[in-house]
Amino acid sequence: MRPFQYERAASPARAVSSADAGSKYHAGGTTLIDLMKLDVWRPERLIDISALKEPRMTRIERNGKALRIGSMVTMAALAGDEGVRRSCPVLTDSLWLAASAQLRNMARLGGNVLQMTRCSYYRDTSYDQCNKRAPGSGCAALDGSNRHHAILGTSDACIATYPGDWAQALIALDAVVEILGKDGPKSVPFATLHRQPGNRPDVETTLAAGDLITAFVIPDADWARSKYLKIRDRESYAFALTSAAVALRMDGDAVSDVRIGLGGVATVPWRATAAEAVLKNAALSEDTAQQAAEAAFAGANTLEHNAYKVELGKRTLVRALMDTAGMEA
Amino acid sequence: MADVTNTAAPTMANAGKPIARYEARQKVTGGKIYGDDLAVPGKPAHGWLVTSAIAKGTITAIDDSAAKAVPGVLMIMTHENRPPLQPMKTFSTGGIGLTSQEPLGGPEIAHDGQIVALIVAETFEAAREAGRKLDISYNEGRPATTFGSPGVVRKTTKEVVGRGGGPTLGDVEAALAGSTHVVEAEYSTPVQHHNTIEMFTTTAFWEGDRLTLHEPSQFVWGAKVGLAKQLGIDPDNVHYVSPFVGGAFGAKAAIGHRTPLVALAAKQLGRPVKLVPTRDQCFTIAGYRQETKSKVRLGCDAEGRLTGYSHELDEFTSLLDPYHNGGLENSAAMYAFKAVGGDMFLSRGDRNVPVFMRSPPEVPVIYALESAMNELAEKAGMDPVAFRKLNDTRVNPVNGAPYTSRSLNECFDEAAASFGWSRRTPAPRSMRDGDWLIGWGCSMATYPTSMTPATARVTLNANGGAKVEVAAHDVGTGAYTIIGQTVGERLGIDPRRIIVQCGDSDLPPGPVSGGSVTTASVTSAVAKACDQLLAKMSASGPMSDEDRRAAFDRIGSNALIEYAEWTPAGMDPKQAKTLYEGGVPFAGGAGEDRTMFAFGAEMVEVRINERTREIRVPRMTGAFAAGHIMNPRTAHSQYLGGMIWGMGSALLEATEMDRLRGRYVNDNIAEYLVATNADIPQVDIIMVPEQDDEINVLGVKGIGELANVGTAAAITDAVYHATGVRIRDLPVRIEQLLV
Repeated sequence: MRPFQYERAASPARAVSSADAGSKYHAGGTTLIDLMKLDVWRPERLIDISALKEPRMTRIERNGKALRIGSMVTMAALAGDEGVRRSCPVLTDSLWLAASAQLRNMARLGGNVLQMTRCSYYRDTSYDQCNKRAPGSGCAALDGSNRHHAILGTSDACIATYPGDWAQALIALDAVVEILGKDGPKSVPFATLHRQPGNRPDVETTLAAGDLITAFVIPDADWARSKYLKIRDRESYAFALTSAAVALRMDGDAVSDVRIGLGGVATVPWRATAAEAVLKNAALSEDTAQQAAEAAFAGANTLEHNAYKVELGKRTLVRALMDTAGMEA
Repeated sequence: MADVTNTAAPTMANAGKPIARYEARQKVTGGKIYGDDLAVPGKPAHGWLVTSAIAKGTITAIDDSAAKAVPGVLMIMTHENRPPLQPMKTFSTGGIGLTSQEPLGGPEIAHDGQIVALIVAETFEAAREAGRKLDISYNEGRPATTFGSPGVVRKTTKEVVGRGGGPTLGDVEAALAGSTHVVEAEYSTPVQHHNTIEMFTTTAFWEGDRLTLHEPSQFVWGAKVGLAKQLGIDPDNVHYVSPFVGGAFGAKAAIGHRTPLVALAAKQLGRPVKLVPTRDQCFTIAGYRQETKSKVRLGCDAEGRLTGYSHELDEFTSLLDPYHNGGLENSAAMYAFKAVGGDMFLSRGDRNVPVFMRSPPEVPVIYALESAMNELAEKAGMDPVAFRKLNDTRVNPVNGAPYTSRSLNECFDEAAASFGWSRRTPAPRSMRDGDWLIGWGCSMATYPTSMTPATARVTLNANGGAKVEVAAHDVGTGAYTIIGQTVGERLGIDPRRIIVQCGDSDLPPGPVSGGSVTTASVTSAVAKACDQLLAKMSASGPMSDEDRRAAFDRIGSNALIEYAEWTPAGMDPKQAKTLYEGGVPFAGGAGEDRTMFAFGAEMVEVRINERTREIRVPRMTGAFAAGHIMNPRTAHSQYLGGMIWGMGSALLEATEMDRLRGRYVNDNIAEYLVATNADIPQVDIIMVPEQDDEINVLGVKGIGELANVGTAAAITDAVYHATGVRIRDLPVRIEQLLV
């Protein structure tokens, strides 16, 4: 860790006006402090927003079908919200299955969606090659150890996996991100928040310097038939090898609406639109679920150790679809 | 599943009382009992290690200008300015060193994460910042990483170290050729790291010529003598203090590079220096379990009687020092083989030196043997438990030496009854619960009973208070508790009135805490000292308060002190002197005249999702027989932890390597997976009574490394039973099952 300046923001507006390219916001700190200790992030200034009490940043509010979740809500608080669990279990499942109890108590949702990859070559500065950490230096994962790396949304410059779980639910449900920026408040689709690596893997998001996420809005959060299935090497406290966030509306056996997010397999939160198109208005069966899974992974690029994620990803999606269809609406 | 609790077994025959741990209160209240917690005279300076970013090559330049400029930096020690040190012998060659490579000995880099600088500063933060700013340039070579990597040469172990041919009995080729059923298979085990929760810390300070070290150690006398030699000072001037160790598993017996470097820095600065390395540094500055391959051929006749057993064992090791485990002499003693053959091989690469890790030879070797036993039972159309019972033996088949005791069959009976083994349907994929395939598997567990010389000093007061002193080590096993219990039971006094002192090289020497020798060896010395006290009081057994007071009145003293030395049967009693020289001779296991092992039987249930193939282990049962059990509560904990470790070893634990760069990749405990609570719903432990009057004073067998042996073979057999897929390469990964 290198010396840095620390300040506490008195208000969201003050935080944003104080922020610049050399600063980082500090809320739960579970990613930030970790990466600072590892010397991966070297911010000159930390702006502590953890004590901000603005209702729009700290509350979970329902308005009809819409759900508005403040960015300062902890993972644990939303995971434990019984109302949200009943109306939209994919939003709470994906949090229960993430991290550990200690981390869920600390981590705020605004930071959760910005969680950084676990790519070992990114997190260990003793490796020279990492385009995400040191632009233009190369990618050691391409010919290194890549069992955990992405197969969708990759580029020749980066195959680092987006590690989060909750973001798969957000992208599936067409969430909107509310942001306070230097020019005032704005809203952007969650699907546009993260950038695929392309030739600039160091640019993770479309956020501008100083942009502060204040809330997530899910316009239609009425998905009682929804679920998050996470496949991992151990039962608790492990990152997804593959995961699927699925929400269904059924008309008899027919799928009237379907949303699919995929985790563990892509460089960014991943919406499986091709798979959704296969299922929309079709009868849900093993066959159609399998067709949807084939469509979801049609564009996969695999390397030496991660080829299994294609087959595992398909099976994960099929199982999630069949399990979700079996839920009571 | 119903709520389950992993409760302690009830009091059993031939066992001591299940009293609570000596240090229980300190453990649960965060008492300052570990090396890094202990007070030092004055304000310590703080160290930070800089480790190499490459696995092979040379340092071409070190620019320390930016590092030196960090406020508070006191010292930057590199190969260019390290004070002189004497050569260090490794554990395998009669020393205590992890490696014979000199610490900061030159610009050559022999492995990933080699220590290349020690920075000392007023604060930890300043030392770390300077470490980040130390600019080191390398000329990088292409490392030979592991089996199959370019540049790796395979030789027989005998060619490399001059011994290690493996046991032979009869003509194994003829025996296999004449067998009705033969299994021929290759099994592999991965690199694993100990990942003790307590890091490899070192604190050193000098008072005049006397050096004190606060450092977690499994062998304080060995460390004291070995480090003194390396520093070129009198061993009497080295004081090792390690009252409790926060996990060792074999990793904290040998001395690595950090210890002499911190001692030198403390000398040079004239103040205490404290070093707490990072988790990823602990993957490369200490040892690990090396990867192995086993090619096993095992045959039986039409009735299922074993014929030939051939085992070719390949171990990977370092080009620096050829650390290896072997272990075939023990596996050859397990069943009534008619013929035994095989050999051992070493392949070497640009890696740090491996070291002991909980049940070093048995984990890979017995995994391979027991997997082959399961496969052969299936070929022979026999239940794997019945197959093992049929092939039980009372002697080591290789040399005819009888077992002092062996209760393997009783363990299988008890485990099977508790687990419900008779309800197993043998065909693969024949048991299921909805979408979950169910598999049941079993294995033997075994560990040689080894013993070493030990010493102890016991002080008894007239009022019934006592103190027992021995430089044994508590690595979480409960050594304090059972040492105190020995005194209490032998003298007839309340264990709560007994002060136990361990883990300090100013105490009478005890053996290394390795090879599961502590209980058998140290309690023997302690019991002997107690017997000497009783003799002085003209008593032949535990005394009542009145008798003891009367004896003290007769003698005319208020305290008696007795010191005892004990050596295992068959060992020259003069060997006790070796302890004072920092060495430790072992006896036991597959010996010339006697065969001494503890045994167990383990049964596991796995559930595997038909579609996504993740593996869960809802329950495990282990039945163990290991002579007199000193304390069923601490023993239960050892067995429980062992089986959990074994399960993790089968399904979770592996150090992933970048084969191109020769570097460990998942070097943190978020990605190096060990079992969480969610992974282990139910573990049932059964202690099968066993009496062994021949083995040592109290009839005790070591149990610390028993229960994690064989578990992996039970798990892989259960995976096969559930899915029909035989996995022979550990750990079992989900991708191996997507067929």
